[in-house]
Amino acid sequence: MFYRESGYYKTSYAADMALYPLPITRVAVTGFAVLFFVIAPLLLSDYYLSVINLVAIAIVGALGLNILLGYTGQLSIGHAAFMSVGAYTAANLATKLDLPFWLTLPAGGLMAALIGLIVGIPSLRVKGIYLAIATLAAQFIIEWIINHTPAISGGVQASIEVPPPEIFGYVLKQQGQLYYFLMIICVIAILATMNLVRSRIGRAFIAIRDQDIAAEIIGISVFRYKLTAFAISSFYAGVCGVMYTYYLGIANYEQFQIITSIDYLAMVIIGGLGSVLGTIFGAIFITLLPVVIRIIMETFGSIFVEPAALAQVISQLRLIIFGGLIIMFLVLEPDGLNKMWLNIRSYFRVWPFSY
Amino acid sequence: MDFDFNFFVELTFNGILTGMMYALIAVGFVLIYKSTDAINFAQGEFVMIAAMIVAGMATLYGAPLFVAIAIGLAFMLVFNWGLERVVLRPMIGRPVVAIIMATIGLALMLRGFGPLVLGAETRPINLPVSNDPVIWGPLFMTRIDLVGAIISVIFLSAFGWFFMKSRKGVAMRAVADSHQVSMAMGINVERYFALAWMLAGFVALLGGLVWGNAIGVDSQLAVLGLKVFPVVILGGLDSIIGVVVGGLIIGVCEAWAAGYIDPLVGGGTKDFTPYVLMIIALMVRPHGIFGKPIIERI
Repeated sequence: MFYRESGYYKTSYAADMALYPLPITRVAVTGFAVLFFVIAPLLLSDYYLSVINLVAIAIVGALGLNILLGYTGQLSIGHAAFMSVGAYTAANLATKLDLPFWLTLPAGGLMAALIGLIVGIPSLRVKGIYLAIATLAAQFIIEWIINHTPAISGGVQASIEVPPPEIFGYVLKQQGQLYYFLMIICVIAILATMNLVRSRIGRAFIAIRDQDIAAEIIGISVFRYKLTAFAISSFYAGVCGVMYTYYLGIANYEQFQIITSIDYLAMVIIGGLGSVLGTIFGAIFITLLPVVIRIIMETFGSIFVEPAALAQVISQLRLIIFGGLIIMFLVLEPDGLNKMWLNIRSYFRVWPFSY
Repeated sequence: MDFDFNFFVELTFNGILTGMMYALIAVGFVLIYKSTDAINFAQGEFVMIAAMIVAGMATLYGAPLFVAIAIGLAFMLVFNWGLERVVLRPMIGRPVVAIIMATIGLALMLRGFGPLVLGAETRPINLPVSNDPVIWGPLFMTRIDLVGAIISVIFLSAFGWFFMKSRKGVAMRAVADSHQVSMAMGINVERYFALAWMLAGFVALLGGLVWGNAIGVDSQLAVLGLKVFPVVILGGLDSIIGVVVGGLIIGVCEAWAAGYIDPLVGGGTKDFTPYVLMIIALMVRPHGIFGKPIIERI
């Protein structure tokens, strides 16, 4: 029978918490899985696959930040520092001890989680602006320590080359080969986050975000869950750093400076705080933005500026558009791309009976 | 290494001068926090853009210095007024995270705009201050540091007087204390918000002139903005005296670190020490030395 819905009628808590809120979601997820795991690698060149790889890496990092900022409400401006911790841990383990990726990856994550726990300690005493500044300090201090400890940073350039990951003797050297490796980690991260936030821990995070005193009163240990949030978020960041290291084939602190932290903040805010889907939107958006700007500027830019200055103009334009988008979203649509998507979806779902 | 007293005094004195110049930048942050409760991550970028306009007008169009300064001042006042109108006012009442992010976004935009419009190369600002160092007994100082410190003492005292005595200053303190009560007492709260941002723009121009003369004008000036945080956290987010004290502590400790620790670890401690001090301050006394303690149980 053909009919249209006129609203949302969830009749049980199970329906409310379901991973697939609508029947069509199941189809869409299967569709995307086929698209990205079967069709895309067959059709796309290595360049486009490497762009998708970047998006996958960004999604993992942004999910970590969203758990901290969007779900627990703790601002961190030092997210990139945790990535560098993960990256250098994995790089050192891979080069000095010849460990395979399935050990370096969690090791990088765990090391970052450990450092995250330490950085999270101020969050027990301070919040808001003070926490923001404390994590900013952590960013600089971690960066400085890595840079000034040759045992970690591997010498003058502070960069370590890592061997490509290897699965059953099959070496993943090219972007096309790395593609599956990074995509699978990304999918695991997405699933883990979706399940985390609807578990007991996730509900505790949300309670702390909404009202920490009330959360304490109903028996949530704010102390423990805030530190858990920092640890989990840093774990994601560490894994993201390891992924990035394998992606580039080199661990370098220049990839993890404060501007990267701000990029990730931008992803989470533009995508939508407290939403996994929003994080994915944000990561895609922010990662593709410079690519799109570069393509546009390389095609049309020579009309306005000299070719020699083009690279610089692109990086400046990128900053302006980034900053402008952050402000625009904050002022006009605080819930980000996710909210826009939901609005569109709701509109068409109940069309034409939208009352 | 035996202790060289002259070296120590010189480090300390230069640290004091640098610290006063830090205070000049940090006071812009405090002005805004004090009256609007907004945390401004873009103060360093304000300094950068103000200095870039002055330097750009002077070198690109050959404007005399005072004309360039006047243009810079006019731009900063109008820009910050508009900023408060368009960006900050809709954000009133939103969580602190949102305001922080908005000013970070603003900082990014300014970092892009400045070099894009005015060029990325390093330009000088030539204040009528000679480059000869001042030698005073065992002390050896750069003249611009001394002038900068004097300027900052003058203006910090002026701001201190403004907040304590003048009618507008008292009104601003009232606004900072409680928006609702001051509204009920007939204070135009929004006008004072705009005033606070414009004052911050004015201070940024001063900071830009002094620092631009000292280290040259390019996007590196914006990095100075990050030094603001150790200064204000140490001194207290809402205290003008705190800015001076915080600036002095940071300046002197930085100079000591650069003089004594740098040779041991191979450099870079100058950028690192302020943040360590800040972390200690955050753990021990988050509201700073002179700040108003806000009792908030976490």
